Amino acid sequence: METRNSIRPLGPVVIDIENITKEYVMGEEVVRALRGVSLQIRRNEYIAIMGPSGSGKSTLMNMLGCLDTPSSGRYEFNGKNVAEMDDDELAAVRNREIGFVFQTFNLLPRSTSLRNVELPLIYAGIDPERREERATQVLADVGLGDRINHKPNELSGGQRQRVAIARALVNGPSIILADEPTGNLDSKTGEEIMELFENLYQRGNTVILVTHERDIAAHARRTVHLRDGLVEMDHVGFIPELDLPVAT
Amino acid sequence: MKRFLYELSESWKIAAAQMRSNLTRSTLTALGVIIGIIAVTLMGTAVNGISIGFDKSMAVLGDDVLYVTQWPWKPVDDWWNYRDRKKIKTEYADTLNRMIAATPNSNLVVAVPTSNFMRSVKYGGNQVDNVFVLGTTSDFIVTSTIDCTAGRFFNELESRGGANVVVIGYDVADALFPSESPIDKSVLINGQLFKVIGVNTRQGTFLGLFSWDSMVAMPLGAFKKYFSAKSESDVRVKVKDKTRLADAKDELTGLMRRVRGLPPEKRDDFSINEQQAFKSTLDPVKNSIAIAGLFITGLSLFVGAIGIMNITFVSVKERTKEIGTRKALGARRRTILLQFLIESTALCLLGGFIGLAFAYLMCFGIGKAFPSFPIHFSIGLVLISMIVSILTGLFSGFAPAWTASRLDPVTALRYE
Repeated sequence: METRNSIRPLGPVVIDIENITKEYVMGEEVVRALRGVSLQIRRNEYIAIMGPSGSGKSTLMNMLGCLDTPSSGRYEFNGKNVAEMDDDELAAVRNREIGFVFQTFNLLPRSTSLRNVELPLIYAGIDPERREERATQVLADVGLGDRINHKPNELSGGQRQRVAIARALVNGPSIILADEPTGNLDSKTGEEIMELFENLYQRGNTVILVTHERDIAAHARRTVHLRDGLVEMDHVGFIPELDLPVAT
Repeated sequence: MKRFLYELSESWKIAAAQMRSNLTRSTLTALGVIIGIIAVTLMGTAVNGISIGFDKSMAVLGDDVLYVTQWPWKPVDDWWNYRDRKKIKTEYADTLNRMIAATPNSNLVVAVPTSNFMRSVKYGGNQVDNVFVLGTTSDFIVTSTIDCTAGRFFNELESRGGANVVVIGYDVADALFPSESPIDKSVLINGQLFKVIGVNTRQGTFLGLFSWDSMVAMPLGAFKKYFSAKSESDVRVKVKDKTRLADAKDELTGLMRRVRGLPPEKRDDFSINEQQAFKSTLDPVKNSIAIAGLFITGLSLFVGAIGIMNITFVSVKERTKEIGTRKALGARRRTILLQFLIESTALCLLGGFIGLAFAYLMCFGIGKAFPSFPIHFSIGLVLISMIVSILTGLFSGFAPAWTASRLDPVTALRYE
């Protein structure tokens, strides 16, 4: 618990979004998932984005992860305007700047841990020797040095999520974007994974957690609450009194 | 560029893994392509075989020989203009030869008359019907590719004297003399005895219609003595330089007009033909057989391609989430497109290889069982069928791969 209170000095701004909106057309209806969200995230932050379902949390995550572009507003990632990038430019940003960790791990089922972790390096055009070296190193860092040739179905849930985290880290991204990373794990394994995130934060990574679980969000140093497509609260630290009934 | 190569090798690995893990499905799908490639390849070998047989038949005509005939070797619309032409007489050959000898630097070498008739040939208890009996001179061999396996062709002396000697075709010799040498035996043609002095080497059939091996050649003098009535005659003329065939043709036309005594205003009342004319008449026929055959067998390959397309669509659908993940990790549209194109191409290529192997075995079997069947397997055919396989893969994989590459990563990731 000691480490949890240590806050690392903040770096330059990585993510700068101002007044972004996102509208979907679903059938006849226009759904306004985001109604003007502004947010700044600096390097070395550990931030949790919380909100009930329908709050626009997932949509915001897709924006932050450059999987989608906003309908209006400004989004700068490391000073580059993301809102106007085309598909391939977005793919390049995702490849080099963002490490995704999914709730369902999303590993390639027929590939070994090593091959799974190598995938972003292949898309980055790294040569095979350096690929293997780097992937092996990162797998060792997350505590799977002895599991590099195992396939996902030979690994436990916690180990699979570690492979996924190694995959997220392998290209040295600016941010790690984790969407309910413990959602498919039991609470003990979930705690272990959260410790790993804490570690990564301490080692200088920027971590963004998207979750509706207060226990998980409590690990972060800053919490952003979304409701109805707007930022309801954005505060440093986790204030239990303020964070009471978030989700059912 | 390097990145592209890595993506390429990655795609091949995925394709191989995908085929291994869906073995039954891949095999069944590839079966369509296998059958398609077998059909197309076998048709290709047949077309090839026909073409080669055709060229062989043409070679028998000789590419340096002009044929003076009443009818041209091509279809004519105004047949009535040709019907009343005077027949070609064997005597023209002598006249032509005298003219050729008198022309300095003539493009022509020698004129050879031929007359023919269908007759039965008998020896002892054996008989061959419908033998092509040819009366000609000893110069015939210079206009022909025919060779003797045993004995010899008749010489100038026998030719002038009209001796009762014959040179018989391979099949005739085979049928009449199954167990003995035909040389110096006497065969019976039209009630006359002829001494066999030579046997021709095997020539094969002409366009599969007419066999040079069931032919009998004798001196023209003897022929005229016994078969003069109503036999068809023409004159063939050997050309000195086949690269100057057109000049030779012009010269021969001039000589024939003199032979026929035609005044300048009259049109030619004879035709001068060469192998090329025959070819240009028959080539379109050969080509349309090839096109029709390949089109019909191509349809079966098309059906195979649709199978591949279908399975690739299924594969894209099944792996929507994987596509989403790959996009999230930085795969570009091109990467995804390439991955599925390579998957379908690998499947087609595998099918192509297997199909080709089967086709080769079948060709081999057919060749052994029916030696006369025109079939010819070649390296060119192997290359072409591999290229066709790859094109089929690209064609059938493109629509599904395109769909996959355009998937929205958010939607794809949410897909269950």
